Amino acid sequence: MPRGSSAYRATPDRPWPSDEGCPILHVDMDAFFASVSTRERPDLADKPVVVAGGGVRGVVSSANYIAREYGVRSAMPASRARTLCPHAVFLEPEFEQYAAVSRDVMALFREMTPLVEPVSLDEAFLDVSGALRRLRSTPAQLGERLRARVFAAHRVSCSVGVGPSKFIAKLSSGLAKPDGMVVVPRGEVLDFLHPLPVSALWGVGEVTERKLRSYGMETVGDIAEIPLARLRKLVGNAAAEHLHTLASGVDERRVTPHNEEKSLGAETTFEYDYEDPDVLRRELLRLSGRVAAGLRRKGLRARTISIKVRYSDFRTITRAYTMHAATDSSREVYRHAERLLSTAVAPGPIRLLGVRTEGLGETEHEPTQLEFAAETEDSWREAEVAADKANERFGGAMVRPASLLSGGARRGNNRHDS
Amino acid sequence: MKIRVERDGLADAVAWVARSLPARPPVPVLGGILLEADSEQDVLTVSGFDYETSATVNVPATLSASGRTLVSGRLLADITKALPNKPVELAVEGSRVEIVCGTAKFSLPTMPVEDYPQLPNMPDKVGELPGELLGTAVAQVAVAAGKDDTLPMLTGVRVEIAGDKLTLVATDRFRLAMREITWTPAQEAEDTAVLVPARTLAESAKTLGASGATAELALASGDGLVGLSGAGRRSTARLLDAEFPKYRQLLPDDQTTTAIIEVSKLVDAIKRVSLVAERGTQVRLEFSEDGLNLTAGGEEEGSAEEAIAVEFEGEPVTIAFNPTYLLDGLSAVRTDRAHMAFTTANRPALLKPVDEDGQVAGDYLYLLMPVRLPG
Repeated sequence: MPRGSSAYRATPDRPWPSDEGCPILHVDMDAFFASVSTRERPDLADKPVVVAGGGVRGVVSSANYIAREYGVRSAMPASRARTLCPHAVFLEPEFEQYAAVSRDVMALFREMTPLVEPVSLDEAFLDVSGALRRLRSTPAQLGERLRARVFAAHRVSCSVGVGPSKFIAKLSSGLAKPDGMVVVPRGEVLDFLHPLPVSALWGVGEVTERKLRSYGMETVGDIAEIPLARLRKLVGNAAAEHLHTLASGVDERRVTPHNEEKSLGAETTFEYDYEDPDVLRRELLRLSGRVAAGLRRKGLRARTISIKVRYSDFRTITRAYTMHAATDSSREVYRHAERLLSTAVAPGPIRLLGVRTEGLGETEHEPTQLEFAAETEDSWREAEVAADKANERFGGAMVRPASLLSGGARRGNNRHDS
Repeated sequence: MKIRVERDGLADAVAWVARSLPARPPVPVLGGILLEADSEQDVLTVSGFDYETSATVNVPATLSASGRTLVSGRLLADITKALPNKPVELAVEGSRVEIVCGTAKFSLPTMPVEDYPQLPNMPDKVGELPGELLGTAVAQVAVAAGKDDTLPMLTGVRVEIAGDKLTLVATDRFRLAMREITWTPAQEAEDTAVLVPARTLAESAKTLGASGATAELALASGDGLVGLSGAGRRSTARLLDAEFPKYRQLLPDDQTTTAIIEVSKLVDAIKRVSLVAERGTQVRLEFSEDGLNLTAGGEEEGSAEEAIAVEFEGEPVTIAFNPTYLLDGLSAVRTDRAHMAFTTANRPALLKPVDEDGQVAGDYLYLLMPVRLPG
């Protein structure tokens, strides 16, 4: 960092910089999965720890800061992590644990303000403007209080960015990591922003970054200074407006709270690449069953089904279909997922397959288009609900379609946080 | 091949055949239109075929030389549509076809006609009826057919032949439409039931309906082929090899509420109130002694309400429908007034035409599943 972040931190002999007009907090858990998995293992406190799904094709879900010093990163193949840091402790992910901690942490946030916008399991935006008077506090004080509460409740740390907008708050929490807080005063936004590299701007990926650099634009300040008309010629109208606005420190996106889930999905990374349609269909059936069971457990129905395919060369595509009526049926989810796979996906060796449902609504609170109860159709939903109950009681997948009973692709269970 | 043909006849024929061609042909020749000139008949035969459906039309023509050629269907359709209203001369010169009409002149590459599949023969005729009647009946039924091709059994119109009675049925599992008509069966025709792709049937029947000619239905169940002909046009389609749901048991035999409504008034009211229906999902109908009260929307998206007078009988009921499905049914009855019958809010509603004498017609029905309201 050209100017360093120390100016925006508190020290024992200097209080927080002015947080007036900075009601937006971005809270980011530190190495979330790794922290949760090691909180009851003091013996691992000073060791590199990597959380990765099993199998040859495992992917790193999370790595603690010691492991990161060796270059280990999220979403990296586990084999690469082993090469980089052979003495690291590798742990299996415990998704149930992570989800439980996440739910509780989000609930702690909501005690402070109803305006909580979760971004993922381990990340959320908060707008505390309404809470300041009620809690007789300032944003920075709330940030500190929140960090203390999260640690007291779960023995995991988080980092907080405080700023006048979501964009600034998000950048600040990045600078605050790990286990810290950064406050960027409203009046110093441009001083803070302009020395940052162009890649700090939301929406600048590798390609845009390369393009901007090739025209001599290295910092956010360079973008703010160039006439908008020239920037338009370089990156196109929409992108130019967007980047120019951000570079001028303007970000008017609001914190929009939502408690309900936007989508529900499951995916599999195969241990070996598969091209055989039967194997892929079987996996799709398994994933559809898991996703639909999740919908039923949460009392939700989905209107849109999408599938994700990653080929052996990492080219990744998604295809989606929106139905007339929402569903929570495994068979229905599979039917559309299978059609997408067979009609909208070019053949080729596939390393990852995913099924996702979107446009979710609560079954009880959503109007439902009823269907004719043709004798072949009506028993299916009941059968699926009965299967859910059996699976709940006996754990694991006791009841499932016959085509899943034998064989099936060997797979790792590789979801990752980022 | 060298022929002279009237522009209108040619353009109509080509446009009709081109409609049945696949949008993205799996092999280029299947996107072609076959032109055949037979010196013995003085006609130009225009055909298209993609292994699923075939379409053939004869156009009167003056022949100088017979022959056959294959050209891009889409291109030929665009060209013939744009030609001036003058005689058209078509001539094959080597691997190109020359089209001359007035001052316009086109030269198109031809496709290898030897790679073109053999068109299926027209199966045996099983019966006939006025084209207009067929056109109406098919349109009334096909509206309820499914468009989701992951459920192939629901994308067809079931055609049941029983003596002089022809029954057409379609359902997408949310609604079901059924029409019974009297027709003239061929003497040796046997009673049978087949499933015909709804989209193809609707296209063919619509053309025949507009022509005013007699429509002939042909079947070769063993070969899985259905044919429809009339007004010089012949089309065939592959039957759907799928089991149609057992639908008779869905038809309700009891009703606790009935109402007779003015179709156009209800249609207009539905269109108005559904403007605020969230994602267009539902309108609520409240039937009582006071008439019909129509509502849609809620606090967030805004709400709408409209009252209509109806002839009401029975228990008051509040029931909700997808407005599109309800409008489909109301426009399919094809009468000024319609009869609606209900039992409860979660059971299907039955819609029937009411003729000018106030009689509920027994030859058409539209059965619609409601939208279940929360709580």
